[in-house]
Amino acid sequence: MTLAFPPQTSQPQSLPPGLQPQGWLRYLSFSLDHKVIGLQYMVAGFFFYLVGGALAGVIRVELLSPISDFVPRETYNEMLTLHGTVMIFLWIVPVVNGAFGNYLIPFYVGARDMAFPRLNAVAFWMIPPAGFLLIASYFIAGAAQSGWTAYPPLSLTTPAAGQVVWILSVLLLGGSSIFGGINFIATILKLRRPGLKMMQLPMYCWAMLGTSFLVVLATPVLAGTLVLLSFDIIAHTGFFNPALGGNAVVYQHLFWFYSHPAVYIMVLPAFGLVSEILPVHARKPLFGYTTMVYSILGIVFLGLIVWAHHMFTSGTPPWMRLFFTIATAFIAVPTGIKFFNWLATLWGGKIALNSAMLFSCAFIVHFVFGGITGVALAQVPFDIHVHDTYFVVGHFHYIVYGGTVFVVFGSIYHWFPKFTGRMLNEHLGRLHFALTFIGFNLCFAPQHWLGLNGMPRRVAEYDPQFTMLNQVSSVGALLMAISTLPFLINVAWSAWAGPVAGDNPWRALTPEWLTSSPPPVENWIGPAPLVTHPYGYGVAEDQIDLKSATGQQLWSRGR
Amino acid sequence: MTSGSVAAGSVESPTSLSAEEAQEGHRDVRMFGLATFLVADGMTFAGFFAAYLTFRAVNPLPLGAIYELELVLPTINTALLVVSSFTFHRAASELRQDRPAAFRGWLLLTAALGVAFLTGQMVEYFSLPFGLTDNLYASTFYALTGFHGLHVSLGALMILIVWWQARRPGHFTPDHHFGVEAAELYWHFVDVIWLILFGILYIL
Repeated sequence: MTLAFPPQTSQPQSLPPGLQPQGWLRYLSFSLDHKVIGLQYMVAGFFFYLVGGALAGVIRVELLSPISDFVPRETYNEMLTLHGTVMIFLWIVPVVNGAFGNYLIPFYVGARDMAFPRLNAVAFWMIPPAGFLLIASYFIAGAAQSGWTAYPPLSLTTPAAGQVVWILSVLLLGGSSIFGGINFIATILKLRRPGLKMMQLPMYCWAMLGTSFLVVLATPVLAGTLVLLSFDIIAHTGFFNPALGGNAVVYQHLFWFYSHPAVYIMVLPAFGLVSEILPVHARKPLFGYTTMVYSILGIVFLGLIVWAHHMFTSGTPPWMRLFFTIATAFIAVPTGIKFFNWLATLWGGKIALNSAMLFSCAFIVHFVFGGITGVALAQVPFDIHVHDTYFVVGHFHYIVYGGTVFVVFGSIYHWFPKFTGRMLNEHLGRLHFALTFIGFNLCFAPQHWLGLNGMPRRVAEYDPQFTMLNQVSSVGALLMAISTLPFLINVAWSAWAGPVAGDNPWRALTPEWLTSSPPPVENWIGPAPLVTHPYGYGVAEDQIDLKSATGQQLWSRGR
Repeated sequence: MTSGSVAAGSVESPTSLSAEEAQEGHRDVRMFGLATFLVADGMTFAGFFAAYLTFRAVNPLPLGAIYELELVLPTINTALLVVSSFTFHRAASELRQDRPAAFRGWLLLTAALGVAFLTGQMVEYFSLPFGLTDNLYASTFYALTGFHGLHVSLGALMILIVWWQARRPGHFTPDHHFGVEAAELYWHFVDVIWLILFGILYIL
């Protein structure tokens, strides 16, 4: 492997004095450094992950028995609403977009920072107030009870104060998300280092570009809809209130116009991250770069026109059912392409089965399973049978937990050396993986069976025949809760006393590794490297004729 | 690119950069950022328009409900807003030809047209025979025009701020005047949104 590092000056670059706080204090400041902001997103997001996990714990304890005996029913509704909102808007979206996006994208485009550093800091600092507002609503006026979807008329009949605070909080988080999306689009399209072409960017850039398109196009619609909903609650207008001549289904359309793309906002960046991790630890080029790019763009386009598959039981007319079923089934094509590309990347590679790789491989397995149940759910006859049952809950968690959260953990194992300059402990990492993997599957796999047999979601009481599997599911949730302990111990201990990682412990080729760990404020000392082949692993340059190489050759040569 | 990605990881030496390319100060992408934001803002309106059109299609006005719009005042308002787009454009071109006094004059006229529009809107609100919560159509009318009016108010405020900043000679130069360009783009955006809104609320 030929790796020419940019010439390094021996003198570390002096920092602009007095501009920014130094040391750990800068993580509590209005820092403009994209790396600091990225880690702020990460830590804040993980805090909310623990909050959301505790809320899930309440739900799983309640469901240990078929009767409502652990918390009052209203509290149960508040718990499930807060769990969904916290996990989606305060953990997954900020971490998989904000944390890794802010940290990595400027490196990948060869820039010193994001396009709008101040807007970037504003976007982050909107998140903690929004989060605490949401959590505080439980203690002050009682939290919202209508689920993370806030469907009217339910959201109009549950106590108003909690619902209004919920809307306010989600509006803040949506604004933060839009600011972030604008920043990513401008950075990727306009701030690329001279000489770096779009088709040479690491895959995570493409994933973030596609995600940011979705954020910019879809999030404002949710914001407008929630403003109208708040009018319905506060001013007693009747936009979505059938009792006042309004139309509740319009709310569903507008809501899902955002919230279906939101699934891709949560999972596309994970696609990108996993496309960075697999080639490094399999020592193989990413298979099918071009098809990966076009399938991301295909998912972005299709993701915007499939929202009504969430509404097959909302009196949807037949032509709409037909269109949205077909459009949804089409999404299996680009996602299938990505799946086979990942497999082909692994095929014949020199795979290092470390924690990052284990989490990434588990992601592939879970994502395929969640994808298959997703295609099944897109079929109207099946969907009508399992709509609003635990089958949907199982499907959804296979995508966002088994998919995205697994990738988040894998990415932390992969990039922790870059963040801190120290390695994570591999034994604790594997223990973390084993507990999470077993706990996750134990928790969510039985829910498909529960749903198929008719257990509705969002209920505190259920038919006693489902007791056994609910208890299995709760044991799985307990394992998942326990699994955060080795992770937290690992991170805390390794950040302080882990073995020193060096600049490039994985011998990776993407540009964030071509600098010190942790990187200097301006990312590189001296000019930014021009990385034109970020996935050139495993094949010596002189071994292959680039002009006439085929996929077949790539596979065999890569061994 | 599939074949290209086979090449062993090559980090090309950055020495081939020209002096200009190697310059570290990054490009001014503020207008691009604003345009992206306006796409997002436009999507908010698109959501509202879609909701209104769906209401029109599936929710008939209940018997006895009052929802009538006059056309005269809104048409005058439309003309005011369209003219204000041209006056803003004129102001910016005066600035580019380095005539600061004319620039400020046209800018003030633009702001005045914006305020006149808002006044017209107020007059219309007070003379309409229905209120915010009377029926679905009334609610939608006030939400849509109100949200647009909020945009006009912000735009007029921006123009006045730009006008105030332009008092100081040299604050905006014929070559560097991001504040003016940004306010102008925003103002044109608000204008275009009004034309769509006028079309579907009043004409349709």
